Amino acid sequence: MDILQILFWLLTIMAIGCALGVVLSRNPVNSVIFLILTFFAISGHYLLLNAQFLAIVNIIVYAGAIMVLFLFVIMLMNLNADTEPQKSWLVQLAGVVSGGTLFLVIIAAISRANLLGVINTETSNIGLIKVLGQVLFKHYVLPFELSSVLFLSAMIGAIVIGKKDME
Amino acid sequence: MPIQYYLFLSLALFCIGVMGALMRRNAIIIFMSIELMLNAVNLLLAAFSKMYNDSAAQIFVFFIMVVAAAEVAVGLAIIVMVYRKVHSVDVNILNRLKH
Repeated sequence: MDILQILFWLLTIMAIGCALGVVLSRNPVNSVIFLILTFFAISGHYLLLNAQFLAIVNIIVYAGAIMVLFLFVIMLMNLNADTEPQKSWLVQLAGVVSGGTLFLVIIAAISRANLLGVINTETSNIGLIKVLGQVLFKHYVLPFELSSVLFLSAMIGAIVIGKKDME
Repeated sequence: MPIQYYLFLSLALFCIGVMGALMRRNAIIIFMSIELMLNAVNLLLAAFSKMYNDSAAQIFVFFIMVVAAAEVAVGLAIIVMVYRKVHSVDVNILNRLKH
């Protein structure tokens, strides 16, 4: 068992444990902290896959920007007390059962799918910023520009929705 | 590292996200569960991109992140607006969408 496998299992345990923490913790602020830890674990997985650009963007965009936004909203609403009313245990049990059933069904489908892929650990350069930039601006220029329009409309929409009452 | 390990990890994260979205009543936690599901899909796309040695999948991950950021901006604005109206983010209060 070499160092990469040890790192893989450590990051996997961290990701799944922190994801369970997001769902199970009563305090929303704790959920946000657990979600940030999950994103760091996923960034570690990206680094193991040698996708350096995605690792950095994941940390900057998700753990940096989006989670700060969540935390800001939670602080703004003063939700950091454990006052959330819980769903009845029957509904919670139904949620767990349906999620677990989805898990089992897809595992059954995967185990019959005869996937033979192996992720080789030797370094490849497909995840580097230079290669990704060339692919992005050579083959995916139109989606890139469209996503900028999407961002602009999302910004305008957020401002218009968040304004004080319009009348 | 077989691809199955990454499949199982992504699937586990995705199902935890599904359970969170079904179990909780706080709208913000439901939102975070959706982010968790998006990240599980991103991880699987990156793993397949490494397996097939093709960088197009990583571009797709990049676009998923872009759309997620836009979605979070609009969604949190809606949640703040709802909180301003009914002083709660409990989704059970919102089930009739009328004030």
